[in-house]
Amino acid sequence: MVLSDFLSVLAGFWQNGPVQVALAVGGGAALVSAVVGVFTVLRGQAFAGHALADVSSAGGSASLLLGLRPLVGFFAMAALAAGGMEALGARAVRERDLVTGIVLGAGLGLTALFLYFDMTSTATTGAAVSVMFGSMFALAPGTVTLALGVAALALAASAALYRPLLLIALDPDLATIRGVRVRAVGFAHVVVLAMAVSLSAMTIGAILSTALLIGPAACGLRLARRTGTAIAIAAGLGLLATWGGIFLAYDSFYWTPGHGWPVSFFVVAIIVGAYALTGLRGRAG
Amino acid sequence: MDGNATLPALAVERLSVALSGRTILDHVGFSLAPGSFCGLIGANGSGKTTLLRSILGLVTPSGGTIRCAGGKPGQAIGYVPQKIQFDPFMPLRARDVVGLGLDGHRFGIPLPNAARRARVAAMLAAVDAERFADQRVGDLSGGQQQRVMIAHALIRAPKLLLLDEPLANLDLRSIAEVVGLLHRLTEKQGITVLLSAHDMNPLLPVMDQIVYLAHGRAVSGTVADVVRGGVLSQLYGYHIDVIRVHGRVLVVAAGGVEAQDGSLLCDPVHVAPIP
Repeated sequence: MVLSDFLSVLAGFWQNGPVQVALAVGGGAALVSAVVGVFTVLRGQAFAGHALADVSSAGGSASLLLGLRPLVGFFAMAALAAGGMEALGARAVRERDLVTGIVLGAGLGLTALFLYFDMTSTATTGAAVSVMFGSMFALAPGTVTLALGVAALALAASAALYRPLLLIALDPDLATIRGVRVRAVGFAHVVVLAMAVSLSAMTIGAILSTALLIGPAACGLRLARRTGTAIAIAAGLGLLATWGGIFLAYDSFYWTPGHGWPVSFFVVAIIVGAYALTGLRGRAG
Repeated sequence: MDGNATLPALAVERLSVALSGRTILDHVGFSLAPGSFCGLIGANGSGKTTLLRSILGLVTPSGGTIRCAGGKPGQAIGYVPQKIQFDPFMPLRARDVVGLGLDGHRFGIPLPNAARRARVAAMLAAVDAERFADQRVGDLSGGQQQRVMIAHALIRAPKLLLLDEPLANLDLRSIAEVVGLLHRLTEKQGITVLLSAHDMNPLLPVMDQIVYLAHGRAVSGTVADVVRGGVLSQLYGYHIDVIRVHGRVLVVAAGGVEAQDGSLLCDPVHVAPIP
């Protein structure tokens, strides 16, 4: 009885249009975030990643006003912030944190303005929640191609930067001597980071995108001895959390009739649980 | 050690470097014979790191020339930076770090390749690092990490190897191991080694040549020529005694001399305190 109930839920799950869009776009966002996240953690840029995501929310909220695709808005603003942080060019860690914090604050200030206009002018009270905490089941089907295209581009760029990023993480001077343009590679990585956070801002929300960026990567880095293994673990966990979260959110419509639970909550819950578990385990290959 | 017989592995002439308006190196000159082991000795802040970074092209000199046999730094010079703080989560095995020495500057993901694997394995064997080759580099001891970084620096077969304070923070046994390894590399493979240290004593048995730095100026030659009271007194600009005891060298300043900037002109390690 229980099994047949489950199977019928699953059958409905696969055939549901919004679910299919969520699985595709969410999967792409999870994969990119996990891969980019590993290098972001290695470079000590977790805070910068979070700042880009927060700033991207200004673009996301502006896109609702202007009638643009949310992904375009999220990415435009994140890329602008990435360029801004690079232009301010802080080298010392403390200085970098400062610049990041200021850029983050400026972005959220704009978000407050745009969201207020969103709510007062178009009466979409859901705008704030959807920009900040995601709208996995409300993604436009037309977004799939664009989102997966951006995801593919980000993955290709990460693969290209793979070895130079590792050599720089080992020691920037060693990389410089070998002819690596350390600053250019760093900037390219921040642009890829902007792609990653825009994708996850669109799916699980600007605020929570940090969870998808840092959580799976941190688990992979805890468990693996090799970069490839760390990335594989992060990617697997990111997909599991996202797809698992989508399924649980879909299923939750049956738990509390009338309203379901948000996908983002389940995604983050799975990631945090996995991180806690990795604390108990040793290292994989 | 007859530097005139062949082209030197490295020739530095009248090298001056100023960083943010302060003179760090002032007309430094020396040359290294191919296959020699040279200690770059001086107190902390005497300009050792700046000299090495100038040779590598990481610092632009304000004057002088640096000529290195064999071309550009990335190809002809191997470098082991001052104590790298390996992130404990760095997902690299010792083997991967050595592999990055081979092709870490290239774009893309390294594809499985038997020739590359064999070359990395041979390099790991040459520095006696096979035993811990598959451990995460952050989990290794200081001496093991130094051997891995030496392998990283040598895998592209440079003629000249620069090491910045590789013996700092190592225990006595690791120091002996690293020095012995570098000595073997100069003897067997003809690599020229320039190694900076604040204590010359561990290097005395293997050093062919010494470059002694103080206040941005240098004297060079054999240990017997350079490490003498008269020579070092002239370099430092005040009276220095060199004491040889139990096979060790102590460089002793005549008590409490202060530099113009207020710092004590005593090397804290090899200058014995005078009451």
